[in-house]
Amino acid sequence: MIKSAPGKITNMAVKHFFKKPATISYPKGEMHIAGNYRGKLTYDPTNCNGCGMCMRYCPSNAITVINEGTKEERKMKASLKIAQCIFCCQCVDSCPRKCLYYTQNIDLSSLNKDELVVQL
Amino acid sequence: MSEYNRVVIPIGPQHPSLKEPGCFTVTLDGEKIVDVVVGIGYNHRGLEKACESRNYIQIIYLLERICGICSHTHTTAFCQGVEELAGISIPRRAAYIRVIVAEIERLHSHLLWLGVAAHEIGFDTMFMYAWRDREAVLDILAAVGGNRVNYGINTIGGVRRDIDDSLRQDILKMTDALQEQVKYYQELALTETTLAARLAGIGKLSGEDALKYGAVGPVIRASGIDFDIRAVDPYAVYAEIPFKVITDTHADVFGRTVVRILELLESIEIIRFCIKNMPDGDIVTKAPRRIPAGEVISRTEAPRGEDIHYIRSNGTERPDRVRVRAPSEANWHAMRHMLLGQYLADAPITIAAIDPCFSCTDRAIVINSGRETELMDWPRLRQYSIDWYKKRGIDVASIKIPERRMYF
Repeated sequence: MIKSAPGKITNMAVKHFFKKPATISYPKGEMHIAGNYRGKLTYDPTNCNGCGMCMRYCPSNAITVINEGTKEERKMKASLKIAQCIFCCQCVDSCPRKCLYYTQNIDLSSLNKDELVVQL
Repeated sequence: MSEYNRVVIPIGPQHPSLKEPGCFTVTLDGEKIVDVVVGIGYNHRGLEKACESRNYIQIIYLLERICGICSHTHTTAFCQGVEELAGISIPRRAAYIRVIVAEIERLHSHLLWLGVAAHEIGFDTMFMYAWRDREAVLDILAAVGGNRVNYGINTIGGVRRDIDDSLRQDILKMTDALQEQVKYYQELALTETTLAARLAGIGKLSGEDALKYGAVGPVIRASGIDFDIRAVDPYAVYAEIPFKVITDTHADVFGRTVVRILELLESIEIIRFCIKNMPDGDIVTKAPRRIPAGEVISRTEAPRGEDIHYIRSNGTERPDRVRVRAPSEANWHAMRHMLLGQYLADAPITIAAIDPCFSCTDRAIVINSGRETELMDWPRLRQYSIDWYKKRGIDVASIKIPERRMYF
């Protein structure tokens, strides 16, 4: 039998008695997410040349980048299907011009289905 | 008792003692198990077929979702195979990061198992303890990869996330705290008489039988055979790391518990060694988009045992075939042997002792021996399917297929 066990448990019980609970009340409480967390994307169209690497490597076909202008005068638009995105951010890694970034915005739920497709 | 008094009890597919779907049809003679039929395949998701219509980068994220516990090891096996086909070698720093994450994942998996096993035998205090410690490990995984489960660390040619100095300190702090706890579990497992009395002699699998049924991981190591891919066929930087393969001679559930607890301590040592000796440099090399034609078998040591990936490429962006042999799949074969002659009350812990992952396991393989089979090439298979539908009044030729195939 373990002799040290009861003492160990008493220590732990006293320590945890004065601790706050590990869970937080959402949305009132402060949310803690890891620094590397990948949230919603942002898009900077100034450098984008429309190569489509983000679309090619997206595992869930969630991102669409199209040129609404002409070949000379580009007008790049990016949209993201939030319900399909798995937030792997492979598009951020694949982009040769570094036009895509990930943010820590994780509050993306919506009651309307149409709002789940967002313009970046 | 005569044969007429035998009772057949189906455990599963939905059952309180099973967290995932699997059906065990147990025939009982009194309280003793005299026959078992292990029925798996409720969780088939067609992952291997889906791989054939995706490119290599997309497949990484698909294979990461085979299993929630050992997601990193599947991608490591796949990336390793593709890197071998492409003839690229990854930077040493990337290899070290792969090993660190793999070992943290092993800590996470073994602690999870310890909790589940304790819960199955009614030792819920241990379950709470183990899962509390697992939380600290998951926090570190979240800090490294951003997520608690699918970290997205691996990519073809290296890793996507670096481990900086402050993160290294955090990992070391976590391992120090965890080591103390694991030593306590070790003391508990080796000296606590009630735990040993409950687990000893259950799910016996001798070394000979373990080899016969092709068991892997902690199951075969608890039978006294030192089979560990990290030592037998070292990948990444395991050849440089001094570690010992943990074995035990109990050859039962108690042995498997001891092996897993001692492996936790060994993993902590490996993590410390890697953090101390991690070289500076790049974390990724450029990989080609098209992978040269060829085939490769890549093996890694997952927390549950040997994980095998077979990849056949045809020189394009997409592979011809990806086959995954997850460790749980290898351990199922010995399950009937382990359950025979046991009491019914011991069945849940015997099943839990191999750390079964039903999602890992399920790949559709049907081998009907004794039936006439025929091998068809692609055009013949296509013609066969057209004729099959025509017989039922459907004209396949009139169906228009969109240019880009959508998955959803």
